[in-house]
Amino acid sequence: MRRVATLYRSTVGKKILMALSGLLLFLFIIGHMLGNLKVFEGPDAFNAYAEGIRTFGYPFLPEYGFLWLARLVLLGAVGLHILAAVQLWQRSRGARARKYRKETNLSFSYASRTMRWGGVLIFLFVVYHILHMTTGQAHPDFVYGDVYANFIIGFQSPLVVGFYLVAQVALCLHLYHGIWSMTQSVGATHPKYDRMRRPVAGVFATGIFIGFIIPPMAVLLGLLS
Amino acid sequence: MRLTLHVWRQSDARDPGRFETYEANDISESMSFLDMLDLVNERLTEDGKEPIAFDHDCREGICGSCGMMINGVPHGPKTMTTACQLHMRSFSDGDEIWIEPWRAQAFPVIRDLVVSRDPFDRIIESGGYVSVRTGSAPDAHTIPVEKQAADEAMDAAVCIGCGACVAACPNASAMLFTAAKVAHLALMPQGAPERYDRVLSMVETHDEEGFGNCTNHGACEVACPKGISVDYIAQLNRDLFRATLSSRPANEAKE
Ligand code: HEM
Ligand code: FES
Repeated sequence: MRRVATLYRSTVGKKILMALSGLLLFLFIIGHMLGNLKVFEGPDAFNAYAEGIRTFGYPFLPEYGFLWLARLVLLGAVGLHILAAVQLWQRSRGARARKYRKETNLSFSYASRTMRWGGVLIFLFVVYHILHMTTGQAHPDFVYGDVYANFIIGFQSPLVVGFYLVAQVALCLHLYHGIWSMTQSVGATHPKYDRMRRPVAGVFATGIFIGFIIPPMAVLLGLLS
Repeated sequence: MRLTLHVWRQSDARDPGRFETYEANDISESMSFLDMLDLVNERLTEDGKEPIAFDHDCREGICGSCGMMINGVPHGPKTMTTACQLHMRSFSDGDEIWIEPWRAQAFPVIRDLVVSRDPFDRIIESGGYVSVRTGSAPDAHTIPVEKQAADEAMDAAVCIGCGACVAACPNASAMLFTAAKVAHLALMPQGAPERYDRVLSMVETHDEEGFGNCTNHGACEVACPKGISVDYIAQLNRDLFRATLSSRPANEAKE
């Protein structure tokens, strides 16, 4: 028991939990991005895709069964990820209570230094995003079930698209360090492939950034309506 | 050359401490950084003032005693170099130099630039050893060791325990030190049987001592005067992950 408890109790164990929950969120993010690109197939295909998620597995599962299962798993992952992040953050603040007068940054990357505040920004964005596109409270003209229309109307405002853009920059940086860091935290390293870890993280981070900003930009530029 | 030094002065753990500024004249570029501090200390003593306390012993980069933040960088601007091996030719006339002790809650200041690195000893005590008697040095090659494992173990064993990794880490984490000490035993046949228990105990002690957690910034690797790679941290993480999931009795656990 002592051994399994180490996963939660020790700093290294908490990072492993962060890496595993981060991996899950990362895989979700890829699926979400690919799903968003379906908007280019037109209103019918996009709405059918959203409908498909709601009824996935029906009649073996209840109509919203898969959707809520996925939501619960994601919520659990987000909760674990943030809990570990906050606990480790506090710990590290205490470990260097007295700062250096003269500090020189020796870290490998800028992204690694923005994980915590970038993470907070991503969290705030996710809350806004759910109110905007899922429940509609932050949407000017929300129609339940008409995902395509909600999407188009939601991205008419440059201000909204601007905020989405900022959040995607934060996500891109978070993933650039996060994907590399994840392999480090669980020790999924190998002398043969270690040199590719950084570039691969860069490719995924930028790929996700581009994939996410294309649809809102297309709406803003009038290419989708 | 002529330098302006801003040096952290603190008479004991209770003293809040402060920076004091000294003009260091007639510094030769072939002096080591510690020679330079010796000269400053001689002049301070002549003036009836307390000399600056700093740790040192071998002065050839192998004992790990010396160590101080020099302009925000552990052991100063030259990579793969301890403060005792840093020469004043790395600076130029008129430079201002800020000199501070390692800053970590786990490393309380004893005096001026001297900090207590006892937590490192306690991390070693909790697992950095091999329990069985291995006897006197065996004949070479009586126990076969793969070349790659031998090289990797040696690259970890070069750690001199100076604490630069903790000093450089934004989280004041000692994970590079702990990882090097775990790895150089884990990779050897003599150390392999206790591999999992060792990593669990040493990480537990690391945490108890109040070091922060590793966020993979990599500053430790850049600061390490021996160039120890953060790859060893990945290896420690992997070992700990496996140790937590392993169902085998600890002393039978193999690679
Ligand atoms: C879209 C959602 C998110 C994804 C895909 C994601 C992904 C990741 C990944 C893969 C890691 C690397 C884990 C490791 O170092 O082993 C990570 C680390 C981290 N994440 Fe997230 N994350 C997300 C949201 C958040 C949020 C909302 C926070 C808010 C506090 C956050 C804070 C952090 C922090 C502080 C780290 C630690 C960095 C480190 O220790 O190296 N993340 N994230
Ligand atoms: S005095 Fe021994 S390493 Fe510097």
